[in-house]
Amino acid sequence: MRDRKLIVPDPKRRRLITGLGALGASAALTGCDSLSRNDQVKDLLGATDRLTRAAQRLVSSRASLAREFSESDIADTMRANGSTNPSNDDYKRHAANGFADWRLRIDGLVRQPADFSIDDLKAMPSRTQITRHDCVEGWSCIAKWTGAVLGDVLDQVRPTAEARYVVFHCADNIYGGPVKYYESIDMVEAYHPQTLLAYGLNDDRLPIANGAPLRLRAERQLGYKMAKYVMRLELVDSFAAIQGGNGGYWEDRGYEWWAGI
Amino acid sequence: MDNANNNPHSTARRRGRLIKRHGLFTRVWHWINLVCLVVLLMSGLQIFNAHPALYWGNDSNFDDPALQITAMRGDDGEPMGVVRIAGYRINTTGVLGLSRDGNGELDQRGFPAWATLPGPQWLAMGRYWHFAAAWIFVPMLLAYLIYTLASRARRRLVWPTAAQWRGLPATIAHHARLKFDHKADYNGLQKLTYLLVLFGLLPLMVLTGLTMSPTMNAAWPWLLDVFGGRQSARTLHFIFSFALVAFFVIHLGLVLISGVLNNLRSMITGRYRISSDAPTAKDNRHA
Repeated sequence: MRDRKLIVPDPKRRRLITGLGALGASAALTGCDSLSRNDQVKDLLGATDRLTRAAQRLVSSRASLAREFSESDIADTMRANGSTNPSNDDYKRHAANGFADWRLRIDGLVRQPADFSIDDLKAMPSRTQITRHDCVEGWSCIAKWTGAVLGDVLDQVRPTAEARYVVFHCADNIYGGPVKYYESIDMVEAYHPQTLLAYGLNDDRLPIANGAPLRLRAERQLGYKMAKYVMRLELVDSFAAIQGGNGGYWEDRGYEWWAGI
Repeated sequence: MDNANNNPHSTARRRGRLIKRHGLFTRVWHWINLVCLVVLLMSGLQIFNAHPALYWGNDSNFDDPALQITAMRGDDGEPMGVVRIAGYRINTTGVLGLSRDGNGELDQRGFPAWATLPGPQWLAMGRYWHFAAAWIFVPMLLAYLIYTLASRARRRLVWPTAAQWRGLPATIAHHARLKFDHKADYNGLQKLTYLLVLFGLLPLMVLTGLTMSPTMNAAWPWLLDVFGGRQSARTLHFIFSFALVAFFVIHLGLVLISGVLNNLRSMITGRYRISSDAPTAKDNRHA
């Protein structure tokens, strides 16, 4: 977390602004824009991420629940964001046969690494919740999610005492880029009663656009935490060695690891 | 910080008396606040630009936003910036929806580059600036509100006297003619304004801001009930921020035309010159 670099512009612009680099170098930069590129200023601003996490953990108990809504609040369409149809061959093969051969691998700092099929997960006690999805961009959408409680699944693989984070490795190369999407949450969020490995949306199978066959629901966090197309959970004590080392695809691109605000 | 009421300097006596108007905490708070609020506003507009539309209720009804800033092709086929609000479509090309970036290129964005922090579209950095400024602003606001409420004298600074409540219409008429008294005490209109901003708008900005946080929704679910849902809170946050901009513009205008040097000095050194015939704060109390 120490040397996080805040580097790249807005994530979800479908059309990345061309020539941003040129813009950065241009004389039109205001003072604050050059401050935004200063490493010490970045470190100082980054400290507020940890401050916000500490403060929010202080005022919210481990079990404080996200609001649940009624059937009538459900939006007509759950807006899909980021990847909506992964194009790599592996994923397409799984999608073509209805994810029958798909397995969720859970390993890392656990005593019993294991693989789960969708049917294995569906055989576990399920939870259904109507919750609000908040995108970092500012919009919200209400939908009904069904899935296995992540805490129950983790109990089966028995995390070791060293496990501090659950890392979600995904199938999608977001925006067709070279790296696969990933995200991480800590054990407090992982064992929260509303944190689900969701396989159902609005009483139906989870559609591909929303992350089939399995996605994370972490209802006290922003949308970018809720990894779609989840292939593997890795329990770790540090995410420094994974991809950019900041604990998530967007975190490696300048966003806060703590996505509770 | 000696009391300047007894300033023996003869010219000062002729032109009025210097009094101590603002304590050190008030002056430091004022200027830090100014920086914080400018950063909060500009980074807030950057964050707004990531999804330049507002809604009412819990979630976003994408088909029918209460307000939307966007770009489209006009009847002549040229791109234009528009604001859609309450069924109206206002052409705002050049400022809202479509404006020139640092290179002079037309770019589709809600608020223009000169109004946002940072200038280019950069949501992650906007959020960092916003929360960093908020972490300075919120504790200072809390401290200042407690400081104001803690002593009778400071409570009286922002709470109008009975006579000031009764005289409010006259005070408004007086101000409308751009006539200003220079007294030790604030007039009723000033007190009411500061009261509304300090104990109304600023706390509401903080609370509507917190209502947008999913973790805060779990911690303090009453926030959602008070403001009618997350998207309502986001819309109110936007409206209150522009109410603060309006306050800032009027405040700045009045500071400029009611004796800019005297006003500035009172917020830098604390000393403020009142008319030689004006009562001191002490005399004014039961007026």
